[in-house]
Amino acid sequence: MLYREAGDFKTSYRADQQTFPIRSERILFWAFIVAAFAVVPFFINDYWEKSVLIPFLVWSMAALGLNILVGYCGQVSLGTGGFMAVGAYAAYKLMTAFPEMNILLVIVLSGGVTAVVGMAFGLPSLRIKGFYLAVATLAAQFFLVWVFNKFPWFYNYSASGQITAPERLLFGVPVTGPNSPPWATYLVALTVVFVFAWIGKNLTRGRIGRQWMAIRDMDIAAEIIGVEPLRAKISAFAVSSFYIGIAGAMYFTIWFGAVEPTEAFGINQSFRALFMVIIGGLGSILGSFLGAGFLVLLPVLLKNLMVGQLGWATDIASHFEIMIVGALIIFFLIVEPHGLAQLWRLTKEKLRLWPFPH
Amino acid sequence: MKLAKLAAIAATALTIGAGPAFAELVFPSLSYRTGPYAPNGIPFADGYADYFTLINERDGGIEGNKIKLVECETGYNTEKGVECYESTKGEGSLVYQPLSTGITYQLIPKATADGIAIHSMGYGRTSAANGTIFSNVFNYPGTYWDAASIIIKYIASEEGGDLKGKKIALVYHNSAYGKEPIRTLEELAKKHGYALTLLPVDHPGQEQKATWLQIRRDRPDYVLMWGWGVMNQVAIQEAANIRFPMDHFIGVWWSASENDTIPAGEGANGYKAVTFHGVGSDFPIYADLKKHVYDAGKAAGAGDQAGTVLYNRGMVAAMWAVEAARTAMKIHNTKDITPAMMRDGMEALDVPESRLAELGLPNFTVPVKVSCANHGGPGLGMIQQWDAAAKKWSIITDLISADREVVDALIKEDSEAYAKENNITPRTCN
Repeated sequence: MLYREAGDFKTSYRADQQTFPIRSERILFWAFIVAAFAVVPFFINDYWEKSVLIPFLVWSMAALGLNILVGYCGQVSLGTGGFMAVGAYAAYKLMTAFPEMNILLVIVLSGGVTAVVGMAFGLPSLRIKGFYLAVATLAAQFFLVWVFNKFPWFYNYSASGQITAPERLLFGVPVTGPNSPPWATYLVALTVVFVFAWIGKNLTRGRIGRQWMAIRDMDIAAEIIGVEPLRAKISAFAVSSFYIGIAGAMYFTIWFGAVEPTEAFGINQSFRALFMVIIGGLGSILGSFLGAGFLVLLPVLLKNLMVGQLGWATDIASHFEIMIVGALIIFFLIVEPHGLAQLWRLTKEKLRLWPFPH
Repeated sequence: MKLAKLAAIAATALTIGAGPAFAELVFPSLSYRTGPYAPNGIPFADGYADYFTLINERDGGIEGNKIKLVECETGYNTEKGVECYESTKGEGSLVYQPLSTGITYQLIPKATADGIAIHSMGYGRTSAANGTIFSNVFNYPGTYWDAASIIIKYIASEEGGDLKGKKIALVYHNSAYGKEPIRTLEELAKKHGYALTLLPVDHPGQEQKATWLQIRRDRPDYVLMWGWGVMNQVAIQEAANIRFPMDHFIGVWWSASENDTIPAGEGANGYKAVTFHGVGSDFPIYADLKKHVYDAGKAAGAGDQAGTVLYNRGMVAAMWAVEAARTAMKIHNTKDITPAMMRDGMEALDVPESRLAELGLPNFTVPVKVSCANHGGPGLGMIQQWDAAAKKWSIITDLISADREVVDALIKEDSEAYAKENNITPRTCN
């Protein structure tokens, strides 16, 4: 019933190959987007902004980037935290060196800087694969965080090694710093994520995405049919790092406003992003969002439920939260190893036939 | 979250139903009872909570207005700390004490914009001591730079006043917190002529073999430590393993609890640390605590932390908060104070020794007098030493003052840089 396909005929290749081939799904998607852009900003408050929506959007962006690398191109990376740090520090250096620069440009340029760094660290992927590559990217993680701790130039010689985002305006409204209204930061984050998710979806549907998937499925066969591994792998690292760099820049500028590298971009963050991708679904744009939602929103929800509603002691609630999230991760991986996106895909298939499955 | 809102509405409905004369005074406690820093977070949170419970039970609240303590678990994690701040600020929270330098850095601009005060007691951003630039941030009774200067002064007195050619190493938590004292120690090195070695330890600090190997090789005359959580225990254990003379190993006040020294056993004997409050439970207030809180079964947590260093520190933090609330009530002549009034109260806070004695805490801590320009307090400290056989800390010096000339100049420089970066025009204080 949700998906009524009767009368939904495709008369051109264009219509047949669009991103959402089912009309009801298209309507659902656009209704969701309109609600996100036009309804949510009127109801958002500081708590929803800083603890729910911005974290979700920023982590979605990071998961999206990592999914391009791990899910589409099959190159395992544990360097996400380090690449996010590159994005954040690039944004900081750009913001302080060019105070006039538009914040959106800063965010995109930070992504560009991260893409260059990511390509450099992607070079070993031409020689090493699988777990060995994971270890090489792990080196990137530790090296990058070490660099941002070690050289004071990156944090403008501040006493504590923290970087702080100065206030920047967009159309006269502050979008970074403490005086920014929640709707403004939310809309900036949402716009960036929407645009790049759109680009990401189409990249993966096109020639480049097919090259990545060919490399992922069997690199020797891909090479034989004419896919150049160098170009495919390095482009995957570049695009992936670009996305992760943007996530890092937003993490620093829009979300926190002040970060220090060891905590904000440590190895934990790399694992977190990887878990998001695995739980959400490898090789799925939707999966990146679902995975980010699962790992970002569930703990907040559980906390509010146990402490806010049931009035439990905070330490007990916190321990329970870790246990419940852990158990759910195991549960989902056993029930559906292909992630939440696959669950959604199966539900959709069932809904298309329901209520007459035969 | 919707649920949180519902809960808040339900809570307000309940309080309206009960019909108290005044709204409750909300004190949030951003605690951490989980994670690698929990051994230090628990006693502080317990002390903080128990003092408020005592005021509620014994005096019926501050000047008759009850205190509501809202606890929120941060796990010493900045992300969770921000979530805690956002979820509790709407309830009329009067003052935030995050007990984490990272979270403090996050909250400084946010809380200032929201008009709520932060008391980062002996931690956080040192240059926030400059009240003309940081209107809503307080770090009395002392800052990290005071602590660094006090330690150096103490070492100088041990060495007969001359530090020329001495080697001093700093073992520090590689974060904003641990990096704070470096600038002061470098400045003091120029003045006193000692050589400074910096040895960072990464979070959470369980792996320090390489650090202590280097100390063993370099043989510094003194080792200072800016550590927290599990890092402290490991460092003290490692120092004992390489037989470093413990009385030449001096920690900041956050590396100075029983949790840090007991695991190393006999080896920790003689370890020193700077502090700004008394040790043990030998104060009149403990009789009241026992009667109104412990025996009534209202102690926070497991109730086993009474008298420990960090418990006492949580208590002294709560004591200053309560006194500041009292001061705010006096200034604004109302018992129903707002966060803005609380800030005024903190800025006018004056707790001399005579008041401490009235509160049942004679000679417990340094007398504090805050002013509009000086949010950093007197910057006084004492040195305490660990006795492993008795499992007790004891204070071994009188109050030592920081090298104001060096510290004040640094505070001025750093706070002005912050003001410039963030377009803040300093207030004028008269």
